[in-house]
Amino acid sequence: MSVAGREFWRWSEGSWVDPDKDWRRAEVVTMGVDVGSVSSEAVACLDGELYAYNTVRTGASSPDSARAAARGVFEKTGLSAEDVRFTVGTGYGRVNIPFADKAITEIACHGRGANYLGGPAVRTILDMGGQDCKVIHVDAGGKVTNFLMNDKCAAGTGRGMEVIADLLEVPIEELGPRSLDIDEEPPAVSDVCVVFAKSEAMARLKGGWSKNKVIAAYCRAMAERVSTLIGRIGVEPEFFITGGISKNVGVVKRIERILGVGARQSAVDTQIAGALGAALFAHTLYLKGRKGAGP
Amino acid sequence: MVTAGIDAGNKNIRVVILRDGELVARAAGTGGFEQCAVARQLLDRALAQAGFDRGAVAHVTATGAGRGVVAFADSRLTDVTAAARGGNHLFPGATTIVDVGAEESRAVKTDGRGRVLDSAVNEKCAAGSGGFTESMARALGMSLREFATRSLESTARIPMNAQCTVFAESEVVSLIHQGVDPKDIARAVHDAIASRVASLVRRVKVEGDVVVLGGLAHNAGFVRCLGENLEVDALRVPEHPEYAAALGAALVAAGRVSG
Repeated sequence: MSVAGREFWRWSEGSWVDPDKDWRRAEVVTMGVDVGSVSSEAVACLDGELYAYNTVRTGASSPDSARAAARGVFEKTGLSAEDVRFTVGTGYGRVNIPFADKAITEIACHGRGANYLGGPAVRTILDMGGQDCKVIHVDAGGKVTNFLMNDKCAAGTGRGMEVIADLLEVPIEELGPRSLDIDEEPPAVSDVCVVFAKSEAMARLKGGWSKNKVIAAYCRAMAERVSTLIGRIGVEPEFFITGGISKNVGVVKRIERILGVGARQSAVDTQIAGALGAALFAHTLYLKGRKGAGP
Repeated sequence: MVTAGIDAGNKNIRVVILRDGELVARAAGTGGFEQCAVARQLLDRALAQAGFDRGAVAHVTATGAGRGVVAFADSRLTDVTAAARGGNHLFPGATTIVDVGAEESRAVKTDGRGRVLDSAVNEKCAAGSGGFTESMARALGMSLREFATRSLESTARIPMNAQCTVFAESEVVSLIHQGVDPKDIARAVHDAIASRVASLVRRVKVEGDVVVLGGLAHNAGFVRCLGENLEVDALRVPEHPEYAAALGAALVAAGRVSG
């Protein structure tokens, strides 16, 4: 049944540049690079404001993935490495980014990035990444006050979603909308292990369930698992979701339903929240360094 | 008296026929969706081998994760009890029995005569189960047999960071890209599974002879890693470890007729 050569888990890479900004007029250009397990993002900020970003799939090497992410920003904007005053690396590959001036944990960066994207009212951030899932509490300045993470198990992560996309041969971007296109919400498949969820999904397909219904059962399992994690430290509004899974409307809607809290919307792709936070930290650090160095 | 034991596992179904406590036939197949129909066909096939018809069977006992689906069974048995009965029939006196299935693994402490004293089951996570070896062997482009024997040739110890099979799969791919010798990767995978299974075994305590059952017991690479991890020199592996649970069920079936 498999379609030769097609890889359904492959989410699309992409870049964006703010057409209203010009880096040549900016005083300070900084960069944040987030090398995650599944995706790598580079964000350029002009004087502490989001300007451009680029997302690529993480390859076998962290330095190459970081370079590829940054290259996309340079190509789209005409910036070059020399124009960038300060670069902060984050994500699981953060210590392995040769051109970064400093490494900062992704938890701090997601806090800062979500504060920028969702506004200072954001108190609870759910970051659903490729290989882990984190709940972060922040104050009005985006500073982390508490966090909890699951990093030992693929259930509730983007990688788990990729596995299901491949199994069902449905492009990963379609999973969310299709999971909502059902007559009745089905019971969830196993929310403890992706491998078990996969066997269950297969059994239900053979049992006559439509693909959409199986996707719904999986999205629900993921939402239930993540909601349990959030429940352990509580959700204080405003609630904001970052990371690749934030783009899966089927998971987001179900999390909102279970928690009884709506997630704040963002006009910008929240998969870049970590890299954005890193670029904002880079700006702060650069200003601090310049001040420290004296006139 | 003829009895049958059916082990409807997450992946495969196995049937054992006993006549007066003596094994006379066995059959195996992949369960798929029609588990009940497959179980029936396998039972018929095993009976035909032994020269019996269905009417000759006094009692059928089903075990395994899919035991509830085997509608024609006269009784049912938990996997833990089936492993204990089958394991102790093959190795009387052994008190620690490990059963590694496709998706689940379990450790059972017995009295040496098939009675369960304690057990621990891995049911929340597929790490530490047999299915993992199949996808890893595929990633390395090896047959399962090759995967096991090549791992035995390895003298290097590469730690696997991932605890989850889904993440381990990516880790194996990156080890391949890094040019790590496939035999060392094969061993690392077996070590990872063995360490998960060993932690289950320690929950019931390692005492006396340790018996390994289930399909993964065929994999000498895994058995070596488990022995090393448990610090047990010789693990006891029967000739047909994958049929032990079905055997246990057939023995219990015999007891239910006479008892």
